[in-house]
Amino acid sequence: MLRINRRIWRNFDWITLLIVILISVIGILTIYSTTRQPYGAPQAPFYLKQLLWLGIGLAGLIVMVSFDYIWLSRFSIPLYVVGLALLIIVMMIGKTGMGAQRWISLGPVSFQPSELFKLIFIVMLANSLSISQDLIGLKSFLRISLFIVVLPFLLILKQPDLGTALVLMALFFLIMFARGIQRKALIIILSVSIVSLPFLGSIVWSGLKEYQKNRVIAFVDADVDPSGIGYHIKQSKIAIGSGEFIGKGFLKGTQGPFRFLPEKHTDFIFSAFAEEWGFLGSALLLSLYFIFMLRGLDTSRKAKDDFGKILALGITFMFSLYFFINIGMTLGIMPVVGIPMPFMSYGGTALLSNFIAAGILINIRTRRFSLFY
Amino acid sequence: MKNDTTVSAKVIPVSIIMIAGFVIILLRLWQLQVVQGSEYRKTAESNRLRVIGIPAPRGIIYDRNGLPLVKDTPFFIASVIPAEISNKHFPLLAEILDMPVDEVHKKVTESHHNPEIPIRLKEPLNFEEVSFLEARRSDVPGLIIEVDLGRKYLYGQTASHLIGYLGKLSPQQAADPANHDVPPTAFIGQWGVEKLFDKRLRGIAGKKVYEVDALGREIRLFQEQQPIEGKDLTLSVDIALQQEVEKAFEGKTGAFVALKPDTGEILGLVSSPSFDPNKFTHGITYEAWQSLMQDRKFPMLNRTTQSVFPPGSIFKIITAVAALEEGVINEETTVTCSGSIKYGNRKFRCWKRGGHGRVSVHRALVESCDVFFYEIGKRLGIDTIHAYASKFGLGSRTGFPFGNEKEGLIPTTTWKLETKKTKWFLGETFINAIGQGYVSITPIQAAFMTGIFASGGTSFTPQILIGGDPEKINRIDLSPETIRIVSDGLMGVVHEKRGTGKAARLDDLTIAGKTGTAQVVSIRKDSKDLPEHIRDHAWFVAYAPVEKPEIALAVFVEHGGHGGTAAAPIAKRAIESYLLRNDHERKQ
Repeated sequence: MLRINRRIWRNFDWITLLIVILISVIGILTIYSTTRQPYGAPQAPFYLKQLLWLGIGLAGLIVMVSFDYIWLSRFSIPLYVVGLALLIIVMMIGKTGMGAQRWISLGPVSFQPSELFKLIFIVMLANSLSISQDLIGLKSFLRISLFIVVLPFLLILKQPDLGTALVLMALFFLIMFARGIQRKALIIILSVSIVSLPFLGSIVWSGLKEYQKNRVIAFVDADVDPSGIGYHIKQSKIAIGSGEFIGKGFLKGTQGPFRFLPEKHTDFIFSAFAEEWGFLGSALLLSLYFIFMLRGLDTSRKAKDDFGKILALGITFMFSLYFFINIGMTLGIMPVVGIPMPFMSYGGTALLSNFIAAGILINIRTRRFSLFY
Repeated sequence: MKNDTTVSAKVIPVSIIMIAGFVIILLRLWQLQVVQGSEYRKTAESNRLRVIGIPAPRGIIYDRNGLPLVKDTPFFIASVIPAEISNKHFPLLAEILDMPVDEVHKKVTESHHNPEIPIRLKEPLNFEEVSFLEARRSDVPGLIIEVDLGRKYLYGQTASHLIGYLGKLSPQQAADPANHDVPPTAFIGQWGVEKLFDKRLRGIAGKKVYEVDALGREIRLFQEQQPIEGKDLTLSVDIALQQEVEKAFEGKTGAFVALKPDTGEILGLVSSPSFDPNKFTHGITYEAWQSLMQDRKFPMLNRTTQSVFPPGSIFKIITAVAALEEGVINEETTVTCSGSIKYGNRKFRCWKRGGHGRVSVHRALVESCDVFFYEIGKRLGIDTIHAYASKFGLGSRTGFPFGNEKEGLIPTTTWKLETKKTKWFLGETFINAIGQGYVSITPIQAAFMTGIFASGGTSFTPQILIGGDPEKINRIDLSPETIRIVSDGLMGVVHEKRGTGKAARLDDLTIAGKTGTAQVVSIRKDSKDLPEHIRDHAWFVAYAPVEKPEIALAVFVEHGGHGGTAAAPIAKRAIESYLLRNDHERKQ
């Protein structure tokens, strides 16, 4: 045990750990700045809560690093069942917030099962796809879609949490393609998808709530409803743009504290950051994310087994999707989908699950060498 | 090798896609923050400032005796802050304000200012409306009641052509850098003294700048700028005289100008009909403007400076002075008037069919004998008459500070040759010598000319403010003999039994005057029997007291008939009002 610990110590992925802590601290500072109350009103407690969650997240990360990730593979089915159960519970007794039913209350803290479920989902997929070395055939593709994807997708869409549901779907396809699909199956899947896309699209469209439809409309034409979602994009661009090259300086941003920027400490936290730190700070922050993601890909390449490779790739895909969708939204080059910025956005469950995910990545990289003792 | 599985092979293309995404994001960031950064910075700054204007009280205009002619009265306006409302609020707003929805919508969407600057929807509000709106304000976010100052013209129509009125900035005025500190909602002087001295009167509007959050709540007073009051102005006009004359002009069309001969200060200036400047205070309605513009008597026309008329017999003052100065006659020279004079195959008539008999210059002035002036006109020649008329300011602008002053015309032989392409006929000299024919002047020129004669030959630029240094334009060297002879004649017009201006006589004062009855068409018929628009114009010029003139004036009644009956009584009322009021009531 001691020998293993020493090996872990020596191979530990310090860089990933350092980056996620750094980004989280930046996030907390930004939350502090943007939730300032103008003119003497007491500071909102968001940053303190987030600091607490950072502690919890770090603990979660340590736990995730402390055992060999192989155990995740072994427990993937029970984990998946528990995750699904939580999704069903949230649908039945969940708390409603911002027009969606996503939270479960556990005493003083609210808990968002869909956040954790994404990880369980990736673990489950990685497990199913690492059993065989063969390319995925049509049969196994359908089996996996049916048993692993459809039910949680519908449950999350129903909450409704369009963003997470779409991320789940995208993750599924990305991981499947990365794992490799038989040529024949691939052609069939692609043609079926393309043919059914408008059809599915209209079903999804009709199933969307009004505010979700507005977001898409607003993205296409921001002038349609300037006080609605187009307003969010406009204010986000104002916040980012007004930062200019070197930024207004820490605690000098105005778009957040004066409430022009909506969701300033959650989905639009990057806008608040960019306002205060300018192009220089933003480019630096983006580089941190970028190093983190490239390192995730590298971890996948170096992982000792297929489960580790697929798991690391899936997690990196997840972070990348969140990162690109969120930043694209704040920059006005993607539609507004309620997706937070990993490690930065305010939100306890999300931060915890991000740290758990980072923990898994560190775990895989740290244990990248096959046992040679 | 195990590491070379299908999964690992995907890492390289995925990395490339990520790098591409990263580059796109950096480029977009560069575009927003560096390329468009300063623009967004400006937007971010105006995002949170709400500007509520505080109107500057406009300077008060006083008459020469210190009586206020205008006052600034507060009024209420229903305004809306565009940033606070959206399309769904328009029907409710329209209902509350009792206005068509389209109009509300148009007013709000037309503005391209900072959306935190209120837009005026309805003004002025009466007290009922104010209390009703106060009660319903909470129904529409951003609906506010603003206070502004409106101009009240205390004497209504009186002196409106002089005082003028206010109006919104025209697009050209708004673009003028001189008006950069005028709020877009403000009114500025558009006519008369209000326009001429606008910069002095207007002051500088103040403002309160609030920081607001996105919910439109005012968080803090960010900046406060107190308005700077406009400066007061004291006019040279005597409002009591003005009122008296306007009363006399009621129902008549015409003009009146009175001035102080020793300074050029305007004591009264009437153009009748006039308009009520109070109608412009909240923006004149289209209907009211149309009715003003389409009125056939042109109330917006300032007849004192913008219209020219034949002077008729008041021009005989010039002819008499010229003849005496040039030595073509002396005090004793007589001409026999038989009721007409024949020249060539044309007969030039005197107004008195039976003739005046042998008349000297004195009687010719007193009884306004036409034949006498035909004769001396012939002796002078039109060019000499022109020279004297010009010295007395006729045929050129007096320098009155506003109102697109017209020049009028005093013909010369060269002028005739140049414009009519024919030579001058002596017969034309006859009729021009009595102020008919080509001769035309403005009413202010008539008063100006009278002032010059009253002051013994000095001309001053007409002043509309009191206390300014008199601006001497010119000094004509007139022999005291000429002045005595002519002024005796003019006094006789009023005070002698056969004087044509007896109607202007006042017991306690010596008044000198001259009547004029200018023909509109050459029909020798009593004017009263003619339709109004071709009746003669009535003139009367006067100054008093003759020993030391304090007032010189010209009365002009358009199509009024005889000068002695239509114009002279108005002059009498003016002189009486100005000179015989208690001394403590007026300032000399």
